[in-house]
Formats: sequence, structure tokens, C-alpha cells
Amino acid sequence: MTTASSQTRLVTAAYDPLARMSAADWLKRNLFSSVWQTLLTLVTAAVLLRFFWFVLDWGVINAVWVTSDPDVCRAATGACWAVIVEKHRPMLFGLYPYDEHWRLVLMMVIYLVTVVVSLMPRNWNLRFLVPLWLVAAVSIGVLMFGGVLGLRYVPTSEWGGLPLTMLLFTGTVLFGMPVAVLLALGRRAPLPVARGVSVVFIEALRGVPLITILFVAVNVFPLFLPAGVQVDKLLRITIGIAIFFACYQAEVIRGGLQAIPRGQYEAAASLSLTYWQTTSRIILPQALRICLPAITNHIIAAMKNTSFVIIIGLFDILTATTAVMQDPLWRKFYVEAYLFVAAVYLFFGYALSLYARKVEKWIASGRI
Amino acid sequence: MIDATPARDGQPSARRSKDLLYSEGFRAAAYQIALAAAVVFVGLFLYQNVVENLQRQNIATGFGFLREVSQFEIGETLINYSARDTYARALLVGLLNTLSVSAAGIVLATIIGFSVGIARVSNNWLLQRIATGYVEIVRNVPVILQVIFWAAVTRNLPAPRQALELWGLGFLSNRGLTFATPVADPAHGWMFLALVAGIALAGIGDRWARRHREATGKHVDMLWPSLAVVIGLPLVVWLAFGAPHLISFPERKGFSFVGGYTISPEFVALMTGISLYASGFIAEIVRAGIEATPKGQVEAARSIALRPRFIMRYVVLPQALRVIVPPLTSQYVSLIKNSSIAVVVGYPDLVNIGNTVMNQTGQAVEAIAVMMTVYLIISVVTSLLMNTYNRLVAIKER
Repeated sequence: MTTASSQTRLVTAAYDPLARMSAADWLKRNLFSSVWQTLLTLVTAAVLLRFFWFVLDWGVINAVWVTSDPDVCRAATGACWAVIVEKHRPMLFGLYPYDEHWRLVLMMVIYLVTVVVSLMPRNWNLRFLVPLWLVAAVSIGVLMFGGVLGLRYVPTSEWGGLPLTMLLFTGTVLFGMPVAVLLALGRRAPLPVARGVSVVFIEALRGVPLITILFVAVNVFPLFLPAGVQVDKLLRITIGIAIFFACYQAEVIRGGLQAIPRGQYEAAASLSLTYWQTTSRIILPQALRICLPAITNHIIAAMKNTSFVIIIGLFDILTATTAVMQDPLWRKFYVEAYLFVAAVYLFFGYALSLYARKVEKWIASGRI
Repeated sequence: MIDATPARDGQPSARRSKDLLYSEGFRAAAYQIALAAAVVFVGLFLYQNVVENLQRQNIATGFGFLREVSQFEIGETLINYSARDTYARALLVGLLNTLSVSAAGIVLATIIGFSVGIARVSNNWLLQRIATGYVEIVRNVPVILQVIFWAAVTRNLPAPRQALELWGLGFLSNRGLTFATPVADPAHGWMFLALVAGIALAGIGDRWARRHREATGKHVDMLWPSLAVVIGLPLVVWLAFGAPHLISFPERKGFSFVGGYTISPEFVALMTGISLYASGFIAEIVRAGIEATPKGQVEAARSIALRPRFIMRYVVLPQALRVIVPPLTSQYVSLIKNSSIAVVVGYPDLVNIGNTVMNQTGQAVEAIAVMMTVYLIISVVTSLLMNTYNRLVAIKER
């Protein structure tokens, strides 16, 4: 059938894992492997090219980039990115007093620097992180509230835009993670009462939409407090989102806890470690590493969920943009404005998932 | 027990109390009593505050308000409703609207999700990339932003006069989506029953074929008989009723349409937003399900000359469904819960109407309790159904 030499050649070709596929081979395998695949590729490519052409034509070639006159946009056939340039301040900063916007810019810089520095493994020791966060929290508080150092006082009801989204998100994660861990431990605890309380709490809150919890935070929570005691609306809402987040996260962490083999507990017990020693030094570090991908998913979901505050009238970036889009002069260009907001969420979501992938790599390589 | 013996020959009473303090059982009991007491105490404290606060603000308590007249109109209702009806009926209207937009959303999300999920594992590189891009975008943009975006799109659609025509079957305008529907006929009810009967018969036929195969080793292909009975029975009923084929086509008339069926722009926006968002997650679930069947199994099935259709039916699908169904169900539940953002587009769902009721009566606790209970019931019922299904498809182990 075949000669010996051709057989040898075939075998080497098939079994050389390091051989790089030639471009033609790659095309043939991935795009033109059969008549049907070729047809599919051609049709998809045609649709895709048309779409890209539309994006280029609308979004770049015929777009208006800068103008303060909406009629210029109306006359153009392309996108009106000028709406973002023109309205970026109310979109990004909401109701916050116009002249004080520089405080929000500074706040975002401090916030982002603090977060980025805290995410680097070489900075992971409490003697550095705790002071860092204290300083950041105090300076952000001073900048946002004002009332000292000659800064004008700004109540939380006037906070808004991207800084508000950041604060809601950070508050949710910082409040929510410890609660989630406690709930997950409670659900796995040998104590029936603790288990019962955790199960009812987790399942009841997971069974209802976030909005109803926000309604509770806004309308019912004040009734829970004794007369004369008041809690700020922004704080109540943050706690509401955080507890909702914690219930979902608790189920994820429970998954991680379940993956820890019994021997780990037994080994800890044989060293006569207490429950909290076992939990904090043996069990949790392993469990959290195991379920890190799922934890990240819920953290990203928490960032998206901050947008629910539009329903109860907090001015986060989405509410602010929706309000700006009520302006009859610029209303027509809502696509551009919402694309911008979507891009902001996509950017932060993508950054978070990239970082999470990096952490997974560090875990796999034993670095952390 | 063994290491407790030496303790006996010291001072027995002191030792015993110390033993008690360090005994696991005693400590567990103490913790639990403390926790239970804390829960009860906090609960009572909150209850007390609520009662006092409500009294001071002169807000009525209890569910008596449900029988009062609502005095507000609702734009979209599936059942008869007017401002003279009770709050309870208004909430029922809201619940039915929630269920209808969720049902439509689930169907749409499933169709798009499965298509994109299959495209995600396609051999075609280009298609696979596009599907991946779609999933990444719809999953990572907040669902509220998507719904608000589609609401803005529907609001900015042309007026009925310049409505977009959909292949002669309907119109898309700022009044919503208007499409042709068959004129209601008594035959339709019977056709639906015939469809149900057909599906049942096909199921019975399938079971018989399996038993026959297990008993004799002979395979009877039930695909065509099943299709025949599922499609044929309603067809026969339709013919028996004299084949009523009147279809109401919508037409432009003045500032609106006549004929056909119209769904509101709010419904369209909400349905599109929540189902596109869910479709991204469903696509990932479907991909994981398809990838769950090891390649070797398909190759093994092929090597014993099983027909591709049977490979799908007996090798791939049973294993894929086992992986797909549980997360799919929770996606459906979360889609139902996401429909509660209807208030941002003004669609009168349960939460939107509950919110109105809450603002009119001031009875926030009760109104929110009604909403939460309804969603809890939906979640619990769904998870019960899911568990039943899961038992049916789970691996049968000895």
C-alpha cells in the first residue's frame, strides 16, 4: 500500500507535538474543513465584515467627537461621542456639587491606588495594609463629606456617579465577605441551632430578588430601630447589598469547605488545635483557594449589582447617566451614553477577572 | 472516657465541674442556647421597635388593606381590573404580569442561549469567537443597564405611521411589537389538548419500544411515529373543525394599529434585556454540558457503528442534561427574579405594583412581605421540581 519511507514521514508528522501548524493547515482545520464549514465561514465572515464596517462608519468615520451644539450631532450620520465629552461630569459625578468635583477625582485616585497596592502579594502584611486602609478611608471620608479643612460639607444624599459605585462595591465586599464566611461556617457547624439559623437566613435571602432587600433597607429598616436612632440611607443600602452578596458567597464557600478532606480536621484535632485555630489556619486557607474562581464571579456580580440602586434613587453612574439622558437636547444620543457606561462596567469587570486569573496562577504555582 | 478515669481520685466535685466546662457536649449545648437566645432576643427587640414605631406614626398593621379599593389604574392587565378593584387583585395582576414576562423571557433566553452555547463549541473558529464575544459582553454588563438601554431603544422607535415592517407579519414601533395572530377559535383549545395527548402517546410508545428492545434486543425506531402522533393529532383536530384559517393581520390605522396582537414597549424592553442577559449564562452552561461528555465515548459509540442520531440520543444527551439541568433551572429562577427590575421601565410587575401599594398605604412591612413570599414560593417550587427532575436523570448507581 505505502512505501516504508512515506510511512515514516507520516508518523513523524502526526506525532511531533512541537511542530507548528502551518497557516494553511490551521485555516483548513478551523475554517474550511468541509463544504458546510466553508459555507458557514463565508456567511459568518460576510455578516461580521458588514457589522465591522457599520461600526467603523458610524462610530469613527461619521462620528462627531467634540461639540457643544447638539444640532451638529443631529446633522451627522454617525455617532455623537460629543455627548460624553459634553456631559461627562454629571454622568461620572452625579449630583455632587459641580465646583467640588475635584474632590471626587482625588478620591478616585486615592481609592484606585489603595486597591491596586493592596492587590499586590508583596504588600500582603497587616502591618502595612491596616494603616494604609485607615489613611485611605479617613482621607476619602474627609474628601467626600468635607466640613473640615475649609471643605464644604456634602451630605451622602448628594453623593453620586462613579465614586458612589466604587464605594457601594467596596462596602459590599468588605462587609459581605466576613459575613459570608461566618454563614458558611454556620451552615457546616456541628451545632444544629447554628446550622438552622444559617440555612434559613441563606435560603430565604437567596430566594428573593435584590430589590425587595433594598426596599427593606430603605423602608423597613428604619422601623427596626428604636426611636431617635437613625442610620444613613447610603449605609443601609450598602449593608443590604452586602448581606445579599454574603448569602450567595456563603454557598460558594460552603462548596470549598466541603472539598476539604476529613483528615485535615482530624490532623488538626490530633494537634489539639481549637475550632477557631483549625478554621482560620487549616480549613479556610485551603477552602478559599479551592473556590476562588467562583468567589471572583460573585465579586464581579456584586459590582454589577450595585446598579440596582437606581430603583431606590441613589445616583450611581447608571442613574446619573439616565438622568442626563432626560435632557431633551441630548436625549437622542442615548446609545453613545449607555455604551460609555457599559464600557466602564466592562473595564472594571475585565480588570477584576484578569487579576483573579493571575491569583489562580499564583495559587497553582504555590506562590501564595 | 478513658482519660477521664484518673480524674476520679482527686477532688471529685471540682474535677467534675471542670470536666463539664471542657466537655464538648456541654460547650455545644451552651453555645447553641446562647445563639438561640440571641436570635430570640434580637427578634423580640426588633419586633418591639417596629410595633412602637408604627404606633407612633399611626400606620395601620395587618393585611386588612388587601381588601381595600386600590384606586389606581394599571396599564397592562391579563385579567379584568379597574381602579375600583382591591389591592389584592392589583397584586394578582402584577404577579400574572411577572409570570408572563418571565415565561416569554425564559423561552427567548433558552433559544438564544442554546444556539450560542452550541456555537461556542463549534469546530468553526470564526463562529466560536463571535459566540465568545457575545457571551462576554452580555454577561458582564449589568442587567439593569441592558433593560434601560432596550427601553430607550423601544421609546425611540418610529411612530406607528413609520413603523418597521416585519416581513408582512407585524410591526415594530414605539407602541410596541404588533404581530399577526390566528383569530380565536374553539378549535384552538382542542388542538392544544390533542398536542398534550400526542406528547403523552409518544412517551408511552417510547417506553414500549425500550421495553421491547430490552426484552428482544430488537430496536424499533420510534422517531417518525412519535413525530406523526405529536403533529398529526392536532392537525386532525384542526381539520375536523373545518380547518379555521383566519389570521388577523395588523394594519396601520391613524396613529395606531388594528388587528393582530400588540405587546407593549415596556414588555419588549424588559423581556429583551433580561433574556439576553440570561442567554449569556445559559450559553456557558450548555457549553459545559456538551464538553462534559468525554470525546472517547463518542468515538467508542461511533466505532460500534451507532448512528449519529443514536449517539446524540443515548450517549451525549443523557450525560449533558445531567450537567445542564440544575444550573439551567437556577438561571431560570434568577431570570424570574431579574424581572423584578420592571419598575425601571414602568412595566407593571409584582414589585412595581407592590411599590405603588406600599406608597399609597404606607404599609411597607406587609407589602414587602407579600412580594418576598411570592418570590420565595416561586424559588422553592422551582427547586423542588428541579430536585425531582434531577433524581430522574441522575446516575443510577447500585
